[in-house]
Amino acid sequence: MPKVTLIDAVNMAMAHELEHDDSVLVYGEDVGVNGGVFRATAGLQEKFGENRVMDTPLAESMIAGMGVGMAAQGLKPVGEIQFSGFIYPAFDQIISHAARLRNRTRGRLTCPLVIRAPFGGGIHAPEHHSESTEALFAHIPGLRTVIPSSPQRAYGLLLAAIRCPDPVMFFEPNRLYRMVKQEVEDNGEALPLDVCFVLKEGTDVTLISWAPAMHETLQAAKQLEEEGISCEVIDVATISPLDMETILESVEKTGRAVIVHEAARNVGVGAEIAANLAEKGIYDLKAPVERVTGYDVTMPLFKLEKQYLPSVARIKDAVQRTLEE
Amino acid sequence: MKTAAKFEIPFVQYLDPKGKPTQDLPKSASKDELLKLYKMMSKVRIFDTKAIALQRTGKLGTYASSLGHEAAHVGIGTAMIEEDAFCPMYREYGAQFVRGVKMSEVLLYWGGDERGSNFSGPKHDFPWCVPIATQYLHAAGSAMAFKYRGEKRAAVTVIGDGGTSEGDFYEALNAAGAWKLPFVGVTVNNKWAISVPLSKQTACETLAQKGIAGGMDVVQVDGNDIIAVREVMEQALKKARNGEGPTFVEMLTYRLHDHTTADDARRYRPDEEVEAEREKEPLIRLRQYINDQGWWDEDQEKALVEELKAEVDAAVEEYQSIEPPGVEDMFDYHYEEITDPLAEQREVAIKEARRNA
Ligand SMILES: Cc1ncc(C[n+]2csc(CCOP(=O)(O)OP(=O)(O)O)c2C)c(N)n1
Repeated sequence: MPKVTLIDAVNMAMAHELEHDDSVLVYGEDVGVNGGVFRATAGLQEKFGENRVMDTPLAESMIAGMGVGMAAQGLKPVGEIQFSGFIYPAFDQIISHAARLRNRTRGRLTCPLVIRAPFGGGIHAPEHHSESTEALFAHIPGLRTVIPSSPQRAYGLLLAAIRCPDPVMFFEPNRLYRMVKQEVEDNGEALPLDVCFVLKEGTDVTLISWAPAMHETLQAAKQLEEEGISCEVIDVATISPLDMETILESVEKTGRAVIVHEAARNVGVGAEIAANLAEKGIYDLKAPVERVTGYDVTMPLFKLEKQYLPSVARIKDAVQRTLEE
Repeated sequence: MKTAAKFEIPFVQYLDPKGKPTQDLPKSASKDELLKLYKMMSKVRIFDTKAIALQRTGKLGTYASSLGHEAAHVGIGTAMIEEDAFCPMYREYGAQFVRGVKMSEVLLYWGGDERGSNFSGPKHDFPWCVPIATQYLHAAGSAMAFKYRGEKRAAVTVIGDGGTSEGDFYEALNAAGAWKLPFVGVTVNNKWAISVPLSKQTACETLAQKGIAGGMDVVQVDGNDIIAVREVMEQALKKARNGEGPTFVEMLTYRLHDHTTADDARRYRPDEEVEAEREKEPLIRLRQYINDQGWWDEDQEKALVEELKAEVDAAVEEYQSIEPPGVEDMFDYHYEEITDPLAEQREVAIKEARRNA
């Protein structure tokens, strides 16, 4: 089996679906000849032609809005927004149309649209290239929001997203694009779009994370493990709909929860998980739920970016606090 | 069949690529003025070369070059008056230097330090704008404010050819036309939006004609000819400030460097095209003209390059001597008064910074 990076896995999943389903189209700014600014679509236009892999004019609202039209008419469009920070011109189309089409027409029209976008900070990018805004999308009924954090999950979840009859926001943590390699078999097997993944079992504390912050979370877990603290680690991956069952089961066992995300804390997805733990898991908790998040500030330019992102040290501190109780 | 309407797009050029006048030059093309413009364009070019080198050696983050756009940018800057408002995209240093933005501030910004955006140019000018086309609406809004208060000021904004596909661009032109705003919209048409060529961006014959839909005067200009750029911009601005409505200007030029330092244009752009465009670049032609007039020679050129290199080096030194921002810098400007939860987070971050120091 080939060992591939997260971005290769994304490419593999798109190639697989283009190959096996004529209704799948890949389109966006610079995705054709250039193969995407991160090279996620490299080689796809050569292989599948300009009618299946299309460079579009520079217009995000058009990418989302035409995606709604194509999807409603039976295609499975996979649109790329070059960076998630540039999704806002498309926001109206995504929220007002993609997310609502099925509900408005009582199922007569559906919108099997996938919007992919590189996501998150930590790559020294210019302004507006590093925001973590999953909460904005997770809040909208009718949308699914998915963020893989490993090559295997990127492949399986993107296949699932493309086959999903609902619109899916598929955010790709660009910091992890080339960070690790994993064996990924190009066998067309999708992963479920509504479960969390338990990456590591443990008994003292549950670490819950997703997206790029998964990297620091795993590092913290490893170090804590060496210090004799047993961590269970959960990759949420599908931010919406949220699989609380897996999280509650884990906390029932460990009694402690630390949620780690890169996005700002205020009204972040961590707040939703904490609220659910309070509602349904309060009697299992031995300590208050901790959140380690980005600050409630605009993602700073890169001189301060590192200080914004949740660090291994901050995660370890939070775990220690839950253990003191 | 009757024709409901008909349009023409004027094209303005004074110097051809070889530096030969194609018509009588305007009064503004005096010896002093042309030498000043030449020096300013040279400064932008030397700065640009240095910035790319800094990026390559890890001393700057991603940088957006303006190589080949010097005439367009310096022409825009010199036609404006201080009171006008400038809403740039992300590579109009030529215009900004004329307006008083410091080279070290440009470096600071691309060096990943927000303080670079708090530049020394006119305080009412907008900072660099990365989300494409949004700046066009900021300019329309600025122009609205000037008109509302009856001020003789105009707003100038710049967009690339790719940017003219965005909705915000059309909405801004439409609004500027409908309200007859003191607005001058420029598109710097360098034929490429990263890897997407103009032919895939639009089916329009010219970008200038997009302004016609907004109901305004439009003009196409040779964007490598600074005399033409400045002349066209001065006229459009005078008209705007006099309450005679907006103008949309298409400047034909070519970006000789990659889209940014994070891009490799060889992947999609034919070398022959770049080489052919290099012949038409703006410095060669003005230099040829001032040479032909006997206003410039090799020695002066050498001395100028030395002087500008020293100036740029000094700016780099200034940039490098600026202490990195304290962690509180990311908290202190979000609200007039910091909120309680944010103040708490600020303390956490400061503690973290100390721990990691
Ligand atoms: C709203 C938005 N979408 C996408 C991008 C990513 N991006 C940055 S520059 C660029 C191409 C710009 O081309 P053009 O408008 O022709 O300007 P140029 O840089 O060539 O002068 C793209 C797609 C962005 N910055 N903003």
